[in-house]
Amino acid sequence: MNLIDATGLRVSLGGQPVLSDVDFSIAPGEIVTIVGPNGSGKSTLLRTLIGAVRPESGKVRHRPGLRLGYVPQKLAMDPTLPLTVMRFLSLPHRVPAAERAAALEEAGAGTLGDRPMTGLSGGQFQRVLLARALLNKPDVLLLDEPTQGLDQPGSAAFYRQIEHIRSHLGCAVVMVSHELHVVMSASDRVVCLNGHVCCQGHPEVVAQAAEYRALFGSGTHGALALYRHEHSHSHDADCGHTHHEGHHDHGAAPAPRTAEAG
Amino acid sequence: MLDDFLIRAALAGLGLAIAAAPLGCFVAWRRMAYFGDATAHAAILGVALSLALSLPVVVGTLAVVLVMAALVYALSERGLAMDTVLGVLAHSALAFGLVAVTFVPGVRLDLSAYLFGDILAVSKSDLAVIWTGAAAVVALVVWRWQALLTATVSPDLAWASGLDPRRESRILTLALAVVVAVAIKVVGALLVSAMLLIPAAAARPLARSPESMAVIAAAIAVLAALGGLWGAFLFDTPAGPSMVCAAAVIFAATTLVQRLRG
Repeated sequence: MNLIDATGLRVSLGGQPVLSDVDFSIAPGEIVTIVGPNGSGKSTLLRTLIGAVRPESGKVRHRPGLRLGYVPQKLAMDPTLPLTVMRFLSLPHRVPAAERAAALEEAGAGTLGDRPMTGLSGGQFQRVLLARALLNKPDVLLLDEPTQGLDQPGSAAFYRQIEHIRSHLGCAVVMVSHELHVVMSASDRVVCLNGHVCCQGHPEVVAQAAEYRALFGSGTHGALALYRHEHSHSHDADCGHTHHEGHHDHGAAPAPRTAEAG
Repeated sequence: MLDDFLIRAALAGLGLAIAAAPLGCFVAWRRMAYFGDATAHAAILGVALSLALSLPVVVGTLAVVLVMAALVYALSERGLAMDTVLGVLAHSALAFGLVAVTFVPGVRLDLSAYLFGDILAVSKSDLAVIWTGAAAVVALVVWRWQALLTATVSPDLAWASGLDPRRESRILTLALAVVVAVAIKVVGALLVSAMLLIPAAAARPLARSPESMAVIAAAIAVLAALGGLWGAFLFDTPAGPSMVCAAAVIFAATTLVQRLRG
């Protein structure tokens, strides 16, 4: 039996139709990546699957007793709320400190326990949210653009970690991403979304599909184009080198200045 | 002991302080300051209604405040900006209340008692109402603490954890309505939101966790209530505003301490 079965979803936000006639399902242990341009309804689909958005028509069915681990893109937390990472992990259920520390370790955020939630960088924030999702021992992990704010090696490492977590916990993974070339190897299935499901299937099949190419075009927005761009960039030795030196200058410059001042 | 009007006043102030401060923390964390203000303003309409129907003031205020809260949610769901909705409703309710009061037959009403409170005239039955309301609010907040906090951090995370954040916000609204209704006699409709918000804001620099912030806010509110009453007795000033002044002075002090600490 599938973990989540959604059929015929139609969703509008503020009177604007966002999703129409979307079918989506996820089987145990499966990794599914949802790709699509900005405003294509990727996040809305994820929020509909967890029950935060009510579809106008269609149904979302969870397997009875399904445990969800949801990692949103960001949280709009007010800085007047004094919440450390460790306290955050005990919401809504109180969890022993040792378990919380272990989850932070597994998510690669072992040193962040005492930090306030509002002072975390984008990448740290994602890891803490991942740790909280893992504490629930989820059957399915839902990640909304989890690599936003990470550089390319960083997101590649993040995806490797997701694969590791999947094999470790045996949970299914649904993630929203725009980096098809990075998630390729990790995904069992890619769903290409633009208000409706354009095409879906094995990542390599989707990358070749006419619908996918039509959606992402052949410009720099397409994942394949992105890949080529990255490829040419790495050959552009001058550019890379200059940037590198510039970085060093920048790092070294403040020191003498400080010395003069003192 | 309860025959002394000063003791009764102090107990009334204590009851309000203990209930309002933890709730005020949620008002701050959820950026509901104007919501608190709007519902409090509507209380004057409740007073007019109670007098016209010869109901206890608490009952009329509670009813009007709840209707007001429902109206705010309904209008903001129709796409009007929240602060516009609150601005329109708060001042309309206050104006209608002030006009409606003049239609109430019988003795000319001392409106300032309802606008700024009349804590020195608190009776034993008022005290029973205040402490019952305060105990109910504290019990509600303690019971729902974890769920309220989760829904405050992120409604989506609450959904994914199997909680309904709309239910939690209805609980907060109910608690807020009770505090407004019992506070009318103590600090009056115009200063209720000050007793909610100022102790919470004053507690923020001293707090390391949500729980400690709620406790510190309650302690500050108690200090402000007793200090304000003492000041009012000493300098022959109005009691309700004096309490708010005391809270504001404490806010200034804790903010200054935070600045000095760096």
